[in-house]
Amino acid sequence: MTSNLLEVRDLHTRYGRVEALSGVSLEVPAGHIVSVIGANGAGKTTLMNSVMGILPSTGELIYEGQPLRGIPLETRVARGISLVPERRDLFASMSVADNLTLGAYSRRQQKWRGDLDHVYERFSRLLERRKQLAGTLSGGEQQMLAIGRALMGKPRLLLLDEPSLGLAPLIVRDILRIVKQLQAEGVTVLLVEQNARASLAISDSGYVLETGEVKLSGPARELAQNPELTASYLGG
Amino acid sequence: MQIFDPTIFPILAADGLTNGAVYALLALALVLVFAVTRVIFIPQGEFVVFGTLTLATLQLGRTPGTLWLVLALLGIAALMEAFSLARNGQARRGLVTVGVAALLGVGTWAVTDWLAPLKAPLWVQVILTLGLVAPLGPLLYRVVYQPLQNATVLVLLIASVALHLVLTGLALVFFGPEGSRTPAFFEGNLTLGQVTLSWQSLLVIVASAALMLGLYLFFERTMPGKALRATAVNRLGARLVGISPSSAGMLTFTLAALIGALGGVLIGPSVAVTYDSGFLIGLKGFVGAIIGGLVSYPLAAAGAILVGLIESFASFSLSAWKEVIVFTLILPVLLWRSLTTRHIPEDEE
Ligand SMILES: Nc1ncnc2c1ncn2[C@@H]1O[C@H](COP(=O)(O)OP(=O)(O)OP(=O)(O)O)[C@@H](O)[C@H]1O
Ligand SMILES: [Mg+2]
Repeated sequence: MTSNLLEVRDLHTRYGRVEALSGVSLEVPAGHIVSVIGANGAGKTTLMNSVMGILPSTGELIYEGQPLRGIPLETRVARGISLVPERRDLFASMSVADNLTLGAYSRRQQKWRGDLDHVYERFSRLLERRKQLAGTLSGGEQQMLAIGRALMGKPRLLLLDEPSLGLAPLIVRDILRIVKQLQAEGVTVLLVEQNARASLAISDSGYVLETGEVKLSGPARELAQNPELTASYLGG
Repeated sequence: MQIFDPTIFPILAADGLTNGAVYALLALALVLVFAVTRVIFIPQGEFVVFGTLTLATLQLGRTPGTLWLVLALLGIAALMEAFSLARNGQARRGLVTVGVAALLGVGTWAVTDWLAPLKAPLWVQVILTLGLVAPLGPLLYRVVYQPLQNATVLVLLIASVALHLVLTGLALVFFGPEGSRTPAFFEGNLTLGQVTLSWQSLLVIVASAALMLGLYLFFERTMPGKALRATAVNRLGARLVGISPSSAGMLTFTLAALIGALGGVLIGPSVAVTYDSGFLIGLKGFVGAIIGGLVSYPLAAAGAILVGLIESFASFSLSAWKEVIVFTLILPVLLWRSLTTRHIPEDEE
């Protein structure tokens, strides 16, 4: 029996007149990896940005048993929620090391040096390139840096918006393996992925989003077998 | 037009370098403020004026009007903060904010009221001046710019123009229409071969250089400094690691006001500053900042020093045309920049 780290209830988010999320509800139990799957434009990024507080939304967001309403983005970060955004939003003209250091900004204590070593251990590529400007990294390296930066904040809830976007299949596998490791270290993950089969393979449960609504949900293993899903997302 | 005399060259160069060093400080402040908050901060020069004239008023043993401005802004800022906290259901914290602001206000008033008539030593007065002018930065940010955080650059610019006019008017009320000079920190000259440099000029150059070095270390080595750079580079990215744009803006404006006030204290002995000098002084820093494209700190500093040098030589040989020459300089630079710089969209979010 696990409690929910995050609960989303009847979430509505609109861009002007267009409603991009129409009543999404989902549960992210502590210690789980939860996947959100959906076609382009289904509202996955909108969901992540609403949870993070980048976009205003109506409905309930409950994190660690407390409502997130009215709490600004920066405070959510300080409370242990980190987003690796779809566009990565790195500090392009700053070094890899500076990007990582800044990831620890919201932490009061200065104990982050050990975590920096830990991130470098995990992504040895970043250690080699620590003096390089973030904007000059390759796509895969930038994704590693974005994840590393989020990890420097010691998040309890990690939101990953398409970490495999534009990456070679081999790197995608690496990144998903790292997500699995993070879970073992106690991080709860909400994962958005196009790559449904691979993401369900590492997830505990999953939600399928279609035009702003949850169409299917359930334990990851069952979803992966679901004929409806197999037809449209898992390529037969 | 006078005939150029080669022996005068080092003197003019020293003069130009002295003023240029202060313009460079202002240019850095302008670049910083623009990069972090997108505000083109026209009133930067007013901090210089308030710096010089606050010090001059303290020299006379009087209480500078700057105190009243600080207190008024503190009151308004505290009420605004309390109101927005109360609206978020944190009325208690709002009350605490007002209480803390009241204590700060009373403290500032008490210290100023006690020190002003004492005619304390110059360095004490300098510290008091900085203590009175520097808070204007974050307070003005909270009252004027923070509510406009999501406004366009144009709206922010209009706010800057308005603020400039208000501050100039207040300076006239506080300090009167006459110009003031403050005493030099050091008397006498330093002679190096052919070149004679006053100790005061040397102090200005050294202090400016030290401040620039300090700023460099702040931005390169410290977390708050890196956070400001991060906000300038990617606002959303910065928020995602927990840097709030308002606190970044507040810190930026504190630095800008502190730099301006220090600039005012430094040039006080060599330039007669009046209530309305701020615009021209700030504009010269601005020309430097423009040369740096409002993004590059070293280019902005170099540009501002160049402005100081050109101004100095122009004032000797073509004094009536001095300002014309300085500001005409901006045209070829802008042309060159527009040809060489890639256009960057205003906001990439
Ligand atoms: N800023 C915006 N203004 C207006 N409409 C938007 C905006 N951002 C997204 N939308 C619309 O909202 C819907 C959901 O977009 P969203 O980015 O959340 O999709 P997504 O599931 O993340 O897609 P993808 O897989 O392509 O990343 C889309 O129809 C999109 O066109
Ligand atoms: Mg998306």
